[in-house]
Amino acid sequence: MKPIITVRDVKTIFDERVVHDGLNLTINQGEIYGLLGPSGCGKTTLLREMVMLQEYHGGDIEILGNNLSNISYENSQKLKREWGVLFQAGALFSSLTIAQNIALPLIEYSDLSEKMIDEIVEFKINLVGLKSGDADLYPSQLSGGMKKKSALARSLAMDPKLLFLDEPTSGLDPISARDFDTLILKLRSLLNLTIVMVSHDLKSIYDTLDRVAIIDHKVIAYEGSVDNINSIKSDFKHIFIKAENE
Amino acid sequence: MPKEILSIKKEDSNIYLEFVGELNLYKITICENQLNKTDFSQIKKIYIDLGKLSFIDTAGALFINSLQKDFSSLEVILNYSNLTKDILDTLQLVKLKKEDSEVLKQKSNGIFVSTGKSVYLSFLDFLSFILFLKEVGLAKLNYLKSFKNIRIKEIMFEINESGIKALGIISVTSFLIGLVVAYQSAFQLKIYGANIFVVDMLGISMLRELAPLITAIVIAGRSGSAFTAQIGAMKITEELDAMRTMGFDPYAFLVLPRIIALMLVMPILIFVSDMMGIIGGMIVANMDLDISATLFLDRFSTAVDIKHFYIGIFKGPFFAFLISTIGIYRGLKVKNDTQSIGFNTTKSVVEAIFAVIVCDAIFSIIFTHMGI
Repeated sequence: MKPIITVRDVKTIFDERVVHDGLNLTINQGEIYGLLGPSGCGKTTLLREMVMLQEYHGGDIEILGNNLSNISYENSQKLKREWGVLFQAGALFSSLTIAQNIALPLIEYSDLSEKMIDEIVEFKINLVGLKSGDADLYPSQLSGGMKKKSALARSLAMDPKLLFLDEPTSGLDPISARDFDTLILKLRSLLNLTIVMVSHDLKSIYDTLDRVAIIDHKVIAYEGSVDNINSIKSDFKHIFIKAENE
Repeated sequence: MPKEILSIKKEDSNIYLEFVGELNLYKITICENQLNKTDFSQIKKIYIDLGKLSFIDTAGALFINSLQKDFSSLEVILNYSNLTKDILDTLQLVKLKKEDSEVLKQKSNGIFVSTGKSVYLSFLDFLSFILFLKEVGLAKLNYLKSFKNIRIKEIMFEINESGIKALGIISVTSFLIGLVVAYQSAFQLKIYGANIFVVDMLGISMLRELAPLITAIVIAGRSGSAFTAQIGAMKITEELDAMRTMGFDPYAFLVLPRIIALMLVMPILIFVSDMMGIIGGMIVANMDLDISATLFLDRFSTAVDIKHFYIGIFKGPFFAFLISTIGIYRGLKVKNDTQSIGFNTTKSVVEAIFAVIVCDAIFSIIFTHMGI
């Protein structure tokens, strides 16, 4: 398996608080990889560092062969077209309809005809399980689950190789959350995606993830498959064991 | 009368505090008042009896806990007998949580330290504004590299939003200011029979100073605040982050179109403001000073130099640049809470108006020195 993301010795410091102190992990192609850990341990921070929204203070992050520490502007623009990011609250552009939201990267980055773009947009809307009739709604008119689905459709607009999800199932009711899990699994097999996600939802952790990294006390406490999670020595593991016994 | 929750009995150097019934957060003040009235000077031993309590909430338990602490110099004897398990649990919970959260109180700083801190923070704020301007400058260079990058659609949208839609309010305000200036000066000029000079006065003050300032102030209140609120809200909903991860530079998409649009539209707005102010003045001159429109315009063309008009218009893009950059900078400064939108919007308007007036003063000095 080919590694797609390598994180080496990453250090993050906020003011004087050290968040990460030498994180190492590798994410392989085709995996659904989870970043887990107690609240405040810096999962989302690591995710934001991977998508170049935040700077880290030491070490290297390499994504699809690009080292983020010294990436050129052109390469970073190119890289940004190869991934999709789903934010916790969706972060849809509120002045645009769903269809316009999804069409935006296509209009900006491709020279496709309007008809073709419309077709792609409709396909993506259906792919994530929304109805074509929803296309002309504005984000403010959507429910939480629909927002997440539309945001997912937008992140899939450019057919990325890599998908980052920040707590994809948080704030969803259990049924929508399970739907979302199935959707993610389906998309992975359909589009051959590599998916990195931050999650708190135990059910979705067990159902969807191939491998996980648990961040605890500034370092990776465990990296490996979900099944072997019992071998770790971290306070955080208790919740897993408990969940398994239930 | 409801039964008292706390009964206090004194016996020599002993005091008996007996709590009866429900001790909840509504009753604590009553107990405190009762205790405050009691004289503890000769007391050596305190017996606290919780035996007759039927219910206690966490606030009540905290109160009991703090009683023990307050009187720690005396001998406190707690009577827990006949307590139900619920009450014991509540007391225990409070005691446990209290122990592991022995808070370190932050030292409050003296006036010098806090003044120094806020001055330093304002200085940092100013530095980061300069940094922001650098970023805008870089974006502008990138932007102008190829013509395709210029986002005509966004610029047009902003011109409509900040320019066309502001015409009404700017016209009315300028008209009224022209009216007021003419009216006030008419009264004074009449005394000397110098009626006709109202034209000079109005023309020069309006074209050179008032129209640009009024326009800038209205735009600062209207568009500057809108920029801050829009961009701030986009920051809170992570729309800005989403743009960045999609490779859309917010500077090219949001910042520059707004700055360029405002800089283009400001001179036009000032021109409109000029005209409306003069019209307002003309009406007053006609009614109050018997200066006909023809006479007014005749005098206007001889008395008011064209340079005053050009100076007024020339200031427009500078004011527009200040208003839009401050508005956008404040928007980008919004933190992840709703309060900071309000805070930054207020700041953006105040700072923009202040910056405009400072800029106007500088222009005034420069132009006077240049002899224009």
